[in-house]
Amino acid sequence: MLNRMWQAGVAAAVIAAAASGATAQTQGTIKIGVLHSLSGTMAISETTLKDTILMMVDDINKKGGLLGKKVEAVVVDPASNWPLFAEKARDLLSKEKVAAVFGCWTSVSRKSVLPVFEELNGLLYYPVQYEGEESSRNVFYTGAAPNQQAIPAVEYLMGEEGGAAKRWVLEGTDYVYPRTTNKILEAFLKSKGVAADDIKINYTPFGYSDWQTEVAAIKSFASGGKKTAVVSTINGDANVPFYKELANAGIKAAEIPVVAFSVGEEELAGIDTKNLVGHLAAWNYFESVKNPTNDAFIKEWHDFIKNPKRVTNDPMEAHYIGFKMWTQAVRQAGTTDVDAVRQAMYGQKVKAPSGFIAVMNTNHHLSKPVMIGEIRPDGQFDVVWQTKEAIKADAWSPYLLEDKGKIADWTYPWVCGNCTEAKYKD
Amino acid sequence: MGPVVTVRLLRWVGIVLLLLASSVSARADDFATLVGDLASDSFADKERAVTALGVLDDPRAVSVLQALSEGRLLKTTDGRVVISKIAGGTTRVRDAVTGEDIAGADPDRFDRVIVNNRLRGAIEGALAALTLFSIDRDARLVAARDALRHPSAGEAALLEKAIAVEQDPEIRAAVQLSLSAARLVSGSRQERLTAIRALGTTTDPQIKNLLDEFRAAPDTDPELKKAADAALTSIGNRLRLVSIAANLFQGISLGSVLLLAAIGLAITFGVMGVINMAHGEMIMLGAYTAYVCQQSFRALLPADWIDAYLSVAVPVAFFVAGGIGVALERSVIRFLYGRPLETLLATWGVSLILQQAVRSIFGSPNKEVSNPSWMTGGFDPIGGFTITWNRLYIILFCFIVLSVLALILSRTSFGLHMRAVTQNRPMASVMGIRTARIDALTFGLGSGIAGMAGVALSQVGNVSPNLGTIYIVDSFLVVVFGGVGNLLGTLVGALSLGIVNKFLEPVAGAILGKIVVLVAIILFIQRRPRGLFALKGRTAEAEA
Repeated sequence: MLNRMWQAGVAAAVIAAAASGATAQTQGTIKIGVLHSLSGTMAISETTLKDTILMMVDDINKKGGLLGKKVEAVVVDPASNWPLFAEKARDLLSKEKVAAVFGCWTSVSRKSVLPVFEELNGLLYYPVQYEGEESSRNVFYTGAAPNQQAIPAVEYLMGEEGGAAKRWVLEGTDYVYPRTTNKILEAFLKSKGVAADDIKINYTPFGYSDWQTEVAAIKSFASGGKKTAVVSTINGDANVPFYKELANAGIKAAEIPVVAFSVGEEELAGIDTKNLVGHLAAWNYFESVKNPTNDAFIKEWHDFIKNPKRVTNDPMEAHYIGFKMWTQAVRQAGTTDVDAVRQAMYGQKVKAPSGFIAVMNTNHHLSKPVMIGEIRPDGQFDVVWQTKEAIKADAWSPYLLEDKGKIADWTYPWVCGNCTEAKYKD
Repeated sequence: MGPVVTVRLLRWVGIVLLLLASSVSARADDFATLVGDLASDSFADKERAVTALGVLDDPRAVSVLQALSEGRLLKTTDGRVVISKIAGGTTRVRDAVTGEDIAGADPDRFDRVIVNNRLRGAIEGALAALTLFSIDRDARLVAARDALRHPSAGEAALLEKAIAVEQDPEIRAAVQLSLSAARLVSGSRQERLTAIRALGTTTDPQIKNLLDEFRAAPDTDPELKKAADAALTSIGNRLRLVSIAANLFQGISLGSVLLLAAIGLAITFGVMGVINMAHGEMIMLGAYTAYVCQQSFRALLPADWIDAYLSVAVPVAFFVAGGIGVALERSVIRFLYGRPLETLLATWGVSLILQQAVRSIFGSPNKEVSNPSWMTGGFDPIGGFTITWNRLYIILFCFIVLSVLALILSRTSFGLHMRAVTQNRPMASVMGIRTARIDALTFGLGSGIAGMAGVALSQVGNVSPNLGTIYIVDSFLVVVFGGVGNLLGTLVGALSLGIVNKFLEPVAGAILGKIVVLVAIILFIQRRPRGLFALKGRTAEAEA
């Protein structure tokens, strides 16, 4: 009996000591979580984003930290494993007590961590263009919604300057992002008077490598008597063989332009782009944009990563904006408390490397410019079209019937991300 | 014969001179203004300038337009338009109007004149008009073919002039076809009728497009419409045949990729009975060897030798992957003969080690392996379907590898020993064959072939550390389906899988097609567990 009590006492003492040690350690620092895959299939894209956050943390610490404290990044590796994302998120929020988390790439990983962030009232900054149809109180979406990427790209190709396309191939990888985006695009095209016969939708698995049939099908679909364009939501590795097959089959951008939503500077690094000149991509930022903010951003990146050949891309810019906004909101609130920071986030402005001022809206999405770029022989993009001002993101698509009347607004009187009626009524 | 040629030549030269002379007076300042317009910020202005340059008949326009389409036309800070050109490792910058060199200019400081797809089309059209009378045969041929893409009244006149002086039969045919297309758009009723008949004999999807558009126009004459319908039906029929041929080719091509990936496994798994999970990594190592060879060629040898890097990469990859295979056999696998489960786990571990090693050395992003120029692009044998060179060469390469391997197995003493050891190890040993050495060499041969496959596969797909995992499942599928221990089975298995897949895909889609094939294979293996070609008679003894 005594023995057991003694054991319990020791255990309690050890725990208390550990706890006090932990608080002593955190007193001088603000912890943030970095939740990006550093191994597995998504490592190719996500490793760069981890480095971007580390660069930003390094930068702010050099400038004296935040609220007089040093910022410390806690990096975890969810290994491209969707359930593991949720576990690691729980660790970050409940064990490490991080003030905010910067992370996720695929929509499926975001959907996996969402319940954890809502349950523990955490803050997630999500930096990748996605399919929309979401607005959580605990997530700030710094990537593009469909109306900031997919819709303007299609409108551009419909216009005179883009070649006045009348027939559309929607080619995607088989998972939630392409399927939702294509659903929105199909509704949009039909609203513009495109007949069902003039839309062809096709899906292939992740990592697909034999594109002969698909490319031949695109070619024959394009011989239907109308100018044809291809909208590609192909993700990951599968893009390399797809573009190789396109180039070898002699599909020139002037005849059948292919516009991609998931291909940026980083993805093109693995492809010989000489035969792809003129094919397009739509983003909110390109490395080739010329302005002082972008020059400084690129220089900072090259200095940090110690390799002048590394490229920057759109999701990196989104993290840049997200991190800056978070630090500004923390300063404004004077605390890292999640609820206070969230309130301070609304209306936060950042001068972005795109050359525009990015603004955080009350639907937790950004106002950003839309840019259409054409591939250059050196793997960079030439911006051939851009919006005159920043466009506000729609969380819910006006082109989908089921979204009719849905509002995302986290300020009074609405205070909700997915409702047709305000929470508070006078 | 002689005089006719001379007369034609004279006429040809005459037309060129006439074209030049007619505009020589006005062109000097026009040219400068138009080139200045190219530097405008508006794409519409640029397009007008390009079109105007195309009909200006100024010889300098060709180099300006080419520079524009290749992104070498720059805008200086003081508004001059210059052309940059890389020659012998240094960049030369010259004024686009006067042509004089600008010494000491740094082209990186200038803004490039940006081109979009619409402008690229206009440049192509303008260049086609300018080069239709070029002395260079290839340039004329390209121009004649390109003319098909932008038929117009102005072009019909130009093409008529071209056909009057053109001698080369191939170019004449191309000009004639483009002329028919141009007449369809702009000619008289009778001209249109003849044009439709001429166009109806082709199988070009572009022409089908053109005819479709013509037919759909609301004010088309009913008789012309009927002729267009007939032409479209005949093109449609031919295109259907073409699509069957295309499916067949694509099937053989996919089959050859599967076969290449599986041949190595047919030896290590099929002949030796080792469940080799590291087979995919041997393919991956071969692909990285191709990458390293390409990079060393780029760094060490003159630029025009780069096309030869593959001929070095293939043998190097064989020895790299083969060497690692021998080392693997000597250090791990030989202790595990007769214990399939342990072999599976051990080789799987090795595959993870190899993947991570490559990731540590080369990094996780994909590496760019470009096709040499002789493997880039394709050709169109019957119209409407392109055979790409890289796929054609891979089919050839695959069959060469297979036949050499078959010869080694059946005609060399090494092949004899190999077969002897697999069929009856104790007896072979008694006969004086060093079975351990044969084991190592056989495993090395299988791995080396996988390495060569990797070089070939780097030409169609990704080069990344997990390249091997993509092919390992398909490889086992092919070997098991074809019948373990049988090269002919592997060949038939790979080709039939490829062809069935490609005929299913257009109907069922890529995902459903693959599922159907997998289900069919499962059912087949239920009926015939030993695959298509089962070994008959006394098979390999149970290893102990």
